[in-house]
Amino acid sequence: MRLNYPSSVRIIRVPCTGKVDVLHILRCFERGADGVYVVGCREGDCHYQSGNFRAKKRVEQAQHLLDRIGIGGQRVRMCNLSSSDAPLFVRFAEEMHAVVMAAGPNPIRAARASQKKASAPSGAGLHP
Amino acid sequence: MIVADRKPIEEIIEQVKGLRSVLVLGCNECVTVCEAGGKKEVGVLASALRMYFLQQGREVNVGERTLERQCDTEYLEEIRDSIDHYEAVVSLACGVGIQFTAERYPSKAVYPGVNTCFMGAALERGVWAERCQGCGNCILATTGAVCPVARCAKRLFNGPCGGSTDGKCEISKDVDCAWQLIVDRLKALGRLEDYEKLCPIKDWSTDRAGGPRKVIREDLRS
Repeated sequence: MRLNYPSSVRIIRVPCTGKVDVLHILRCFERGADGVYVVGCREGDCHYQSGNFRAKKRVEQAQHLLDRIGIGGQRVRMCNLSSSDAPLFVRFAEEMHAVVMAAGPNPIRAARASQKKASAPSGAGLHP
Repeated sequence: MIVADRKPIEEIIEQVKGLRSVLVLGCNECVTVCEAGGKKEVGVLASALRMYFLQQGREVNVGERTLERQCDTEYLEEIRDSIDHYEAVVSLACGVGIQFTAERYPSKAVYPGVNTCFMGAALERGVWAERCQGCGNCILATTGAVCPVARCAKRLFNGPCGGSTDGKCEISKDVDCAWQLIVDRLKALGRLEDYEKLCPIKDWSTDRAGGPRKVIREDLRS
């Protein structure tokens, strides 16, 4: 089909979305990701019975935590599709891209940058 | 196992917001099984705290460590060398572990990261129910292994009371009447005559009524 989706998306493959934990999602944000979306099989179609339902609950937990610490729960999302449904995959990527663009960059990146700047010795960076 | 539940992140932040360094300390025993304070929960809380502090423009050293148990001195000694790097500890162990950590490290503030609830069993994934109150004088032999201390709202020893309806307790339709369970169990065991026997007044001095308790085993003491 050779469909295009936003180049900002980086795919991390897992055997099943049931493998994805809250910790994995939080680590992404800690390392500067602007958004994370977990793409699993359609509800009821999980090869391992309940992997995508577990992922859904963990995404909800991550949303809750990110809301509480000021990152914004809207930056995490659970999506479900059939593995052969490429157009829907593209739609999810575009939707997530739009969500992230609206939310702006991950505040953690800016915080780290300003911390780095503050701890750098004065005059650093002036030399070519 | 001892069942605990996670504290809201806002409450933990409120406890530690003024610190410059904090160790999130988990426990590999009961709280790991009930998914409230094991290695994974330590990672999640530490990650959330690091992001919170970064956003506040604060450089706070948030460490992570999970001990085999926080209720035994030998395991708590494992952090002796590293604890001085931290101003305080958020313990995700049960109330026992939190207190014991504080006792071993008197100069460190130790904050609870979980709410310790009860001694219970897992009915299904994500559902735990109370089964024992540690009254110190077990009577399960006479009640068909159903505990009226832990499971009867009134702790009756010669029940049920008038609030038992269709096998449920009057406090909630979701709570089984312990005495209905006892009768059903004794019937199934063919021991219904045991139900006819009056249970004498229980000696509650082994329960909390006697104050904080200790078990001393002279055969094990060194």
